[in-house]
Amino acid sequence: MSEKKKTTMEILREKVEELLRTDRLPHVWCPGCGIGIVLNAFLRAFIRAKMDPNKLVVVSGIGCTGRTAGYVNVDSFHTTHGRAIPFATGIKFARPELNVVVFSGDGDLFAIGGNHFINAARRNHDILVIAVNNFTYGMTGGQHGPTTPTGAYTTTTPYGNPDRPFNIPHLAISLGVPYVARWTTYHLMQLQNSIYTALHRKGFRVIEIISQCPTVYGRRNEMKNPLDMMEYFRKFSIRKDDATAEEMELTYNGKIVVGVFRDVQGIPTYEERYEELLRRAQK
Amino acid sequence: MKPGYYFWSGDIAVAEGAIFAGCRFYAGYPITPSSEIAERMALRLPQVGGKFIEMEDEIGSIAAIIGASWAGEKAMTATSGPGISLMNENIGLAVMTEVPIVVVNAMRGAPSTGLPTLVSQGDFMQARWGSHGSYEIISYYPDSVQETFDLMLDAFNSAERYRVPVMFLLDAMLAHMYEKIYVPPEDSVERVERKRPTKPPGEQLIYEADEDLIPPMPRIGDGYKIHASGLTHNEKGYPELTPQAQERLVRRLNEKIRKHQEKIWKVEEYRTEDADVIVVAMGSNARAVRTAVDAARNEGIKAGLLRPITIWPFPYKYIEKYSVDYIVAEINYGQIYHVVREYADNKVELLPKMGGELHTPQEILHALRRYKK
Ligand SMILES: Cc1ncc(C[n+]2csc(CCOP(=O)(O)OP(=O)(O)O)c2C)c(N)n1
Ligand code: SF4
Ligand SMILES: [Mg+2]
Repeated sequence: MSEKKKTTMEILREKVEELLRTDRLPHVWCPGCGIGIVLNAFLRAFIRAKMDPNKLVVVSGIGCTGRTAGYVNVDSFHTTHGRAIPFATGIKFARPELNVVVFSGDGDLFAIGGNHFINAARRNHDILVIAVNNFTYGMTGGQHGPTTPTGAYTTTTPYGNPDRPFNIPHLAISLGVPYVARWTTYHLMQLQNSIYTALHRKGFRVIEIISQCPTVYGRRNEMKNPLDMMEYFRKFSIRKDDATAEEMELTYNGKIVVGVFRDVQGIPTYEERYEELLRRAQK
Repeated sequence: MKPGYYFWSGDIAVAEGAIFAGCRFYAGYPITPSSEIAERMALRLPQVGGKFIEMEDEIGSIAAIIGASWAGEKAMTATSGPGISLMNENIGLAVMTEVPIVVVNAMRGAPSTGLPTLVSQGDFMQARWGSHGSYEIISYYPDSVQETFDLMLDAFNSAERYRVPVMFLLDAMLAHMYEKIYVPPEDSVERVERKRPTKPPGEQLIYEADEDLIPPMPRIGDGYKIHASGLTHNEKGYPELTPQAQERLVRRLNEKIRKHQEKIWKVEEYRTEDADVIVVAMGSNARAVRTAVDAARNEGIKAGLLRPITIWPFPYKYIEKYSVDYIVAEINYGQIYHVVREYADNKVELLPKMGGELHTPQEILHALRRYKK
């Protein structure tokens, strides 16, 4: 009756599964979609950080990425389109001891939710934002959004996108966000390490992950196969932590600058400033 | 607040009534005529250890209070006109995910920017069904500063008891009007807390309703691994996108209010027992009606006032109770009028006013004189 010793990989896999609502699998994501890679990196980083899952709250908006909240086996909320950040703000402000993570898509966070993003960043709420940028509105069938590169083809830019995308890290830095990073789904280890670091930082933290949506974006932009897009990420990304705003800009099928663009500590969070206010008010 | 007498506006009474009821979280965005509620909360909540935050807009405000409610707080927001229109999508989220919140709407002249500083009663129907879908919520509407304070307790108690957003209606007149009010001792009232799970984490299904059709509500951080979604969901809280799940869930969301409606109803019946004609009026507009009813009685007209304090679910049995003619006096072009018509046996007359001012007692009296025998 000798039980085979579990390998480290097996143990890790079990721990990941504990953090998933396995009774909800299979998930809704397409084969080859990048969102699962990001979720996996997040869960592994969380496990490594040895934090209390009972104090972790995941809040998502609406979209393919927004479905993430439905698969994590912790307190999790699938809210309304664009409103994950203010919903998370209410949770964090009410109970600062909770570990609040927003996991959502580019359209959710920067188009319909853009006003909430900039204001929550400005206030420096203690919230980690995992922003999956697949250059499109995946859930609704691949329309262009606020991160679609100029020139890209989508269902609402059949002649190429005339619009100009957000430069998300630059936007976040301009708002004083203390931790700003960008990776792609090709950068598995770097992404995991970055989430691990961010989990230990305080304040508003933004990690943008460039992710593949083969089904509705890649298909229209000569990257039908999920691997084509990963190959693009591999070939065209360069790490440059001290990149300038211009260098961070994303162009259609152009180079992707990745890295940790900002990591400063000691900026008081909204919640800390409010604690201080409470002391003054109650004197 | 120490028990005793104060001289407050409706807006201040909202804020103080909320704190008295146990509210410790406010998120809002300023708009006339509800801004003074936010100002009072900004001053007072920190004194009692509560949280006040001014958000970037009304959509963020209501999202934040829904989050705060899951985190365990009694939470509210207040707005008016354009702001309440912006909040409606997330009122649906609170209905669907059964989150106790209180949303105050100080009704002002509308549509659109309308008459920001002047009174209206144009939002009755929006309060009921402003968000998409077929649902029931609870709505109260006081007619004095005292009742505003007292009714805030009912608003929070009902939100907690039935796990539903409560739309607390106010109007521009009441919001800014000052009256003497009495604050009772802290321990003289009953404060309802939402039902908490009795089973340990792992055994408790998040949306498993008890016999009263209301599921116990776990709090974030207590290990229940809550999942809440605005998608149609099953007892686990998991999305289940089928007609059967929709039937089960949406039927229960409606039934949990209908089943308890008689406990939720609050109505003032003024000189109605022997009346030949009853004026139905709400909020500050009912004050003029009361004066007119007295004047009509002096002229030998048997008039009465029926004032729904609970607007939704509509206390229709009080309409059915009287076989009289009804006059519905409201500051809009006919909203509650249609509801009264649904339940009245006899003639129902609409006395509308488009907003900016209330009915005068003379206008009501003029209408009542037609019923002189
Ligand atoms: C108020 C509102 N408008 C529109 C929609 C439809 N809608 C659902 S998801 C979505 C876009 C999601 O895009 P993104 O956030 O990038 O997520 P992805 O699906 O790409 O992961 C839209 C427009 C909605 N649910 N709510
Ligand atoms: S549509 Fe795109 S983003 Fe959505 S699941 Fe499929 S591949 Fe992923
Ligand atoms: Mg997207």
